[in-house]
Parts: sequence; C-alpha cells; structure tokens
Amino acid sequence: MPNLKDLKNRIASVKSTRKITKAMQMVAAAKLRRAQESAEQSRPYTERFNAVMGQLAASVGNSDSAPKLLSGTGSDQVHLLIVMTAERGLCGGFNGNIAKLARVKAQRLIAAGKTVKILTVGKKGRDSLKRDFSDKFVHHVDMSDIKRVAYTDAQAVAKEVLARFDAGEFDVATIFYAKFVNVVTQNPTAQQIIPAAFEAPEDAGASTVYDYEPDEEAILADLLPRGVATQIFAALLENGASEQGARMSAMDNATRNAGEMIDKLTIEFNRSRQAVITNELIEIISGAEAL
Amino acid sequence: MADTMQFDLVSPERSLASLQVSAVLIPGADGDMTAMPDHAPVITTLRPGVLRVETPSGTSEYVVSGGFAEINATSLSVLAEKAIPLTEVTRVHIDEMIEDARVAHDAAKEKFKNEPGPVDDAAKLLADMVALGDHINM
Repeated sequence: MPNLKDLKNRIASVKSTRKITKAMQMVAAAKLRRAQESAEQSRPYTERFNAVMGQLAASVGNSDSAPKLLSGTGSDQVHLLIVMTAERGLCGGFNGNIAKLARVKAQRLIAAGKTVKILTVGKKGRDSLKRDFSDKFVHHVDMSDIKRVAYTDAQAVAKEVLARFDAGEFDVATIFYAKFVNVVTQNPTAQQIIPAAFEAPEDAGASTVYDYEPDEEAILADLLPRGVATQIFAALLENGASEQGARMSAMDNATRNAGEMIDKLTIEFNRSRQAVITNELIEIISGAEAL
Repeated sequence: MADTMQFDLVSPERSLASLQVSAVLIPGADGDMTAMPDHAPVITTLRPGVLRVETPSGTSEYVVSGGFAEINATSLSVLAEKAIPLTEVTRVHIDEMIEDARVAHDAAKEKFKNEPGPVDDAAKLLADMVALGDHINM
C-alpha cells in the first residue's frame, strides 16, 4: 500500500496539471473565436476571387497560350508538397493527421517514380516529416513569431513558392492543411494549387459575358499569382481555426481525465487513511486488553 | 433605370464596405473609369490609386494598392489586396508601398536583364505608387 504522503503529493500534482489544461482550454476557446472570425471575414474575397477566376479560366484555359500556372508545365514529374501545420503541440491529433496525410501522399508519389519536394510551414510538420524525408526538404517557413496570420504572411509563402515554380523546380504543387468543420472535427485536406484548378461557373450558359480590360490573358497573368496567395491565405486561416479547435477539445479531454484521476486517487487516499486509523485502534485495544 | 447599385469592397482580410452607391470611380489598369448602375459587364484590373465611392448621401474615398473589379448592371465588386480609407492613410503607408514597389522593381531589373516586359511592369507599378502619393498630397 502506497503511503499517505506519496498519495497526497500525487493528488496535488494532478490538480495542478488540471489547472493548466483548464487554462489552456479557455485560452484556445478565446483564440478559436477570433480565428473563426478572421476565417469568415476572408471568405467573401476568396469566393468572389474564385468565381472570377473560374470564368476566366473557362474562357482562356484551353488555348495554347494559357499561362503555365493554369495549364501546368506539361509534365507531372516533380511534386512540391506544402505542408502547413501548427507551431505548437498539445492539440490532439491535429499536427499528426496533416503530417500523416502528407506522408502517405509522398510515399505514393515516390512509389510511382516521381520526385517529391517538401516545403513546410509550421514547426510541428517539419519535425514529424524530417525523420522520413529529411533529404526532400527544400524550405521551411517559420510562423512562430506571427500571432495573427495576415495576408502579407500568405503572400510571403506564395512568393517563395512562385519563385521556385518560375525557376522550374517543380511541376505540381499541393497544399496540406486541416479544414475546420467544428470544434471536434477537422479534416486534413490536400488541395492542388499549381496548376490551378478552379471550378467553372455552375450555369455557364446563363452567366454574363464580360468585357475584359486589359485582355483576358493579361488579367489572368496578373491574377494567377494572387490566386496562389489567396488560396494559401485561406488555408492558413482554416488551419488556425482548426488548430485552436483541436487544442480546445484535446484540453477538454485532458481536464476531464485529470478530474477522474483525482477522484480515484482521493478514494485510495481515504481508504489508506482509514486503514491506518483502524490499525492504530487495533494496536491500542489489544494493548489495553493485554494489561 | 435604377439610380443605385450594390457595391462591395473586400480585401483578403475583411470586407470593408457593402452598400448602395450611385457611382464609383475606379483606377483601372488602362485608365480611370466611372461605373454607374446599368454599366456593361466588365472585369478590369486595378492600378494603385484612389477609389471614389459616391452614394446618395455622400462620398467616401479609399486608397487601393491593386486587385481587380467586377462590374455588371446591378452590382460592383472591388477585390483589393490592400484598401485603406483615405482619411486614415498616412505618409508611412505610402512610403511602405513605394518601398515595396521599389524592391520589386530592383528585383525585376536584376532578374530579367534582357527582357524589358517585367521590368517595365515593375517600373510602372513604382511610378503609380509615387503618383498616388503625390495625388493625395503626402
């Protein structure tokens, strides 16, 4: 039987752990609200952008002179995987799931004889992929100093990616991030951004015929790089909300587990205390009887 | 003919304005243009400049750094990378934008030594930024 002092210490330490997880849960809840707000505020831009791009891509897409960002380089030999994860852990399976999705994809591509390059955003993804693919890493973007993701951060990532594309370093780029569904569900998602895949407008026949100023191709050439930044920005925001959601539910579980553990330990503590008292009583009584 | 149309000004980070307007002056890449209700459908890219929004109750102005506008008969959406109400723009903002354009220009000069296209584009962007600063007297 463990002695009373040890039990007391265990209870105290689990209690302080519970305090920490509880605090982290509340911080995550507050951050989640903010992250969700910014994700929602960016939505109108992304939606309209994609709608216009869809129209443009539909009208220019099939011609030979379409920009490479839209039509691709004509091969799919070299793949760039842009893996976006959090800078911190303690958020359940969030980082692990994104890294797993990327790992599976990378292994499949390698098995198919393609070349894989990996660019990571966020420390956790880098750490977990480094073990298997350390020779495939081309770049890492550090986000640890950024408190709130701004569009300029996405632009910086996009610039890095576009510079590599212009230099002919890869043919296809895919981003990996977690789509926020609700607090308990975040779906790890892979989305191809180069060559760009835009959905054509639903009712192509009924949609308005636009004049373009300057011409369609010039607009497209101007907008495609922005499209990459926009998609990265949207993914970063989704990721931000997902991370906080995942952390919130992970910390909620941790708090609950700590509570259960305290209950169990307290019962054990009381039992041993009573056993000690009973023992003492027996000693006193048998001592008195012996007299 | 309707005398107002729906106007939306959105940036990647948030939606800045959504209201009924009577006319909007857009700094288009090929020249300024004013969009009024029942305009023919046009999509144009923007150069850095001032966007003037006229509503029946007054006029407001925004400094935009680039992006594009989608115009049709009943609505106008401006998607700007960066948009700031004119009253809140300071010298610092303009300097920052000019500095960014200058860096881009230098980078283009460095990278495309014998291709005038991208260098000219960057030079135009820089000139637009400087002109914008002069235009609003800063």
